[in-house]
Amino acid sequence: MAFKTRITKPAEAKPWYGDLPVESLYTMGIAGEKFFRTLKDKGKIIGSRCDKCDYVYVPPKMYCERCFEKLDKTVIVGLVGTLNSFTYVYIDVDGNPLPKPEIVGLINLDGASTNLMHRLGECKMDDLCIGMRVEAVLKPAKQRTGSINDIKYFRTTKKK
Amino acid sequence: MLKSKDLMGTGLSSQDFKQKKVLVERWTANAKYGWDQGIAIGRYLRELKNGKITGIKCHKCNRTVVPPRIFCEWCFKPMDEWVYLKDTGTVNTFSLCYVAWNMERLKDPLIPAVIEIDGASSGMGIMHLISEVDPKKVTRGMRVKAVWKPENERTGAITDIKYWKPIR
Amino acid sequence: MGRRVAVVGAGMTKFVRRAQETGKELAWEAAKAALDSCGMTLDQIDCVVLGTAPDTFDGVHMKGEYLADGAGAWGKPYMRSYVGGGTGVFCPIHGWYHLASGHFDTCLVVCEEKMSSYQPHPQGAFLTIFDHTTERPLKPNLLWIFALEMNRYMTTYGFNKEDIARVAVKNKKNALDHPAAQIPEQYTIEDILNSEVLAWPVQRLDVSPVSDGAVALVMANEHVARRVTSKPVWVEGVGWALDTAYWTNRDLCYPRYVEVAARMAYRMAGITDPAHEIHVAEPYDPFDYKELHHMEGLMLCERGEAPIITAEGKTQRDGELPICPSGGLLGVGNPIAAAGLMKVAEIFWQLRGEAGKRQIARKAKHGLAQAWGDLMQVGTVIVLGI
Ligand SMILES: [Zn+2]
Ligand SMILES: [Zn+2]
Repeated sequence: MAFKTRITKPAEAKPWYGDLPVESLYTMGIAGEKFFRTLKDKGKIIGSRCDKCDYVYVPPKMYCERCFEKLDKTVIVGLVGTLNSFTYVYIDVDGNPLPKPEIVGLINLDGASTNLMHRLGECKMDDLCIGMRVEAVLKPAKQRTGSINDIKYFRTTKKK
Repeated sequence: MLKSKDLMGTGLSSQDFKQKKVLVERWTANAKYGWDQGIAIGRYLRELKNGKITGIKCHKCNRTVVPPRIFCEWCFKPMDEWVYLKDTGTVNTFSLCYVAWNMERLKDPLIPAVIEIDGASSGMGIMHLISEVDPKKVTRGMRVKAVWKPENERTGAITDIKYWKPIR
Repeated sequence: MGRRVAVVGAGMTKFVRRAQETGKELAWEAAKAALDSCGMTLDQIDCVVLGTAPDTFDGVHMKGEYLADGAGAWGKPYMRSYVGGGTGVFCPIHGWYHLASGHFDTCLVVCEEKMSSYQPHPQGAFLTIFDHTTERPLKPNLLWIFALEMNRYMTTYGFNKEDIARVAVKNKKNALDHPAAQIPEQYTIEDILNSEVLAWPVQRLDVSPVSDGAVALVMANEHVARRVTSKPVWVEGVGWALDTAYWTNRDLCYPRYVEVAARMAYRMAGITDPAHEIHVAEPYDPFDYKELHHMEGLMLCERGEAPIITAEGKTQRDGELPICPSGGLLGVGNPIAAAGLMKVAEIFWQLRGEAGKRQIARKAKHGLAQAWGDLMQVGTVIVLGI
């Protein structure tokens, strides 16, 4: 009976190898286009504000997910914010050890209601604490492409 | 009523991308898999390496199916009996395909077909390719025979059958 | 059959080849339009149903979760339905369940697809529908499966390509009157027959285009529906069924699963003679022959008769049984799940007499939308009425 079949020779259980050929090209969207253009061209971080909900989305959204109204009010939030959480990452996506551990954090930029995920740089684990003030370090204007990587990382603010 | 002026949705052309009018991000997923062949297909593929096509019979429904499976999806009982089928069959339906999977154009068409395998119940087919034939002469109901790879080149894959050719 | 449920509002985006909007933004545009169409706001919505086809198209894993906020699901009960191409008609069925059960009073149903993300061509994403051991090594493409089914259908009844091409001509022309349409065009049968052969018998103009877009409906229980609108459109019947995934073991000339789904919907709607009691229908038409195939499965005509009544003009907008007055997937576009829901929206507008230039000539009390998908194996049917 088929259900009682057992594979006795492990070689018989050879898997069938294959892949799913998935290559994606994403547009930034209506709100995203504005966000990344401003980051690239002006070195500024923008959000969108819903007056009704008193809420500022960073990155900006085209609509407010709470009240569902269209958002067309853009606000410039600073490059400075508060570190809300962080982690030390020792392995890459495949589980292999990273040559140098990375620090990743959640940053609540001043004026934003939301957190932004990004890398932290120029610092050691021991330097960090939740609630600490951090600032974005941008790539030089010429190297910016309109990507989240136009922000190199966040670091602890120099001036207190 | 649906009115043109109220409709949202911003169409972009290929030019908009070429001229970099919009920012984009690219990503290639690293989606690599090792699928277990399973009990029924594992045996089916091993037998292909031996140059044989196997089916499996459900005595309750009185039918022999291919590809084989360990349960009958009609009565949901375990399948009862492995059987060897012939490597001949009948074209159930076919196509002359001038495009590859990524829409690149082919000069000579591929001829995919559903082939009902002799020895299986009526209507039980597998998908495969037909060759060694003038594409214009392929017909539904045409009798075909498997063309196998040489034994030492077989790997236990559906491609151990190179293609099917008409029985003259 | 639980509480009575109605569709009270509908909205959609334009269907385009490539949208600048992200998937979320498309979902919001459609959902907002649907809410605005019946003067409702998000806080009046109890639950949300989302439909979208494989994650591979948008290139977003767990697309349901990703799209949640654009679909209006922030902090709400939310579920995604998925039956491949059948999704667009399955979603309002899913919404119907939520409401007929009495568990919720209002439901927002949103279907979105952004196929353009897939590179180089969305066709590649379909590769994985084929069995990974017994079929994919043959390097198939999606057209194979359609071409094989179309050929089986044509040779079973002895139809030629001209009989089939009439559907493409009709639907692409109907789409000229659809403001959201992607490729409306006035073609002749010769144009269709002279278009590039992709996988004979499938030619370029037999096929619907690849699209980005979204569609949304607002559904409500009777007591809410009557307050929201003077013209609720009732869900009279729902049905769905799947056949085996061993598609090479079936006779592809007839979609038996569509018949099973239709019988279920007709039984619930009390319809015994669909060919006369259904007054307008939107069967799924990703390829021209599929409209004919599905008309037969839906029992809107006898088997092998669909091309004949099409040639007689009965399925035109001014005919006895208008089929795909919207322009269908062939004309309006094919953002998979959204295309199916567009069909339900069209029946909603037709029954309310709000289809504008697309309004059918005959009076219509009962209409039907149907979608189809997975591995040529699922039929989803909804009967709406006033
Ligand atoms: Zn708000
Ligand atoms: Zn059985």
